[in-house]
Amino acid sequence: MSDKTNAVKQRNERYNKYVNTVTPKTSMTKALLHSFLIGGLTCIIGQAIGDILAYSVPSLSKDMVANITSMILVTVAILFTGLGFYDVIARQGGAGSFLPITGFANAMASASMEFKTEGLIFGTSAKLFTIVGPVIVNGIVWSTLAGLINLWILGMY
Amino acid sequence: MSNVWSMIGTYAIVFAVGGALCALAEILIVRTKLTPARILVIFLIAGIALEGVGLYDSIFKACQAGISVPIVGFGASLAKGAIEAARTYGFLGAFAGGLIRTAFGVGAAIVMSYIVTLTFSPKTK
Repeated sequence: MSDKTNAVKQRNERYNKYVNTVTPKTSMTKALLHSFLIGGLTCIIGQAIGDILAYSVPSLSKDMVANITSMILVTVAILFTGLGFYDVIARQGGAGSFLPITGFANAMASASMEFKTEGLIFGTSAKLFTIVGPVIVNGIVWSTLAGLINLWILGMY
Repeated sequence: MSNVWSMIGTYAIVFAVGGALCALAEILIVRTKLTPARILVIFLIAGIALEGVGLYDSIFKACQAGISVPIVGFGASLAKGAIEAARTYGFLGAFAGGLIRTAFGVGAAIVMSYIVTLTFSPKTK
């Protein structure tokens, strides 16, 4: 009996060693550098869109500039997703391609495109939120809480 | 001339802060095996918390798009909307404010995703 468990143990160890040799070693520094570059670049593009908007249409309020900037970023990211460009960026960019708002848009568009074959209602419309759903749900729940805390607790001071 | 330099400075900060946030998220992926969706939620809640305690505005003044383009900015925007609406409409406003303030981006994302899905077919890899 103990022989058998020993053999199993040895086999598992051998297997784990084998898995370690086969798993590709991703270079940490390279991955970090790539996400840094892609993320930083995305933010610079966002800043530039905002600056150009504020400069060319001075009547826009700051909030409206921010709104239009995010609409442009989101639209471009989704178009890139549709054309297949975003995948190329995402393969290199890691976190740099999903943490900015463009990654949020890409997650929506890629999910909805992927499930197009299941129909527009139960495919596209339902699966649109598979990845961004948690973000929206948590965002609404926690921001509501922040609003209530601010009103009831901080508002007293 | 000083204007140009201050602009270059701003863009350098935007690049550095935005890049650093993404690098931090990458470290979390590699080291902790958290899924991207969880990391998005963590950064989102961080943004809500920053706005909730009133720190976000001063960070935004210094870092501009470096903090607002990552999902942290989306969280802060949600919280800012909820807080402002709560102060204007009373406690009921807290439930609507976040959505109202972020509706431009979210609405655009949903409509554009739908249109793009109708127009393009997914690329087979």
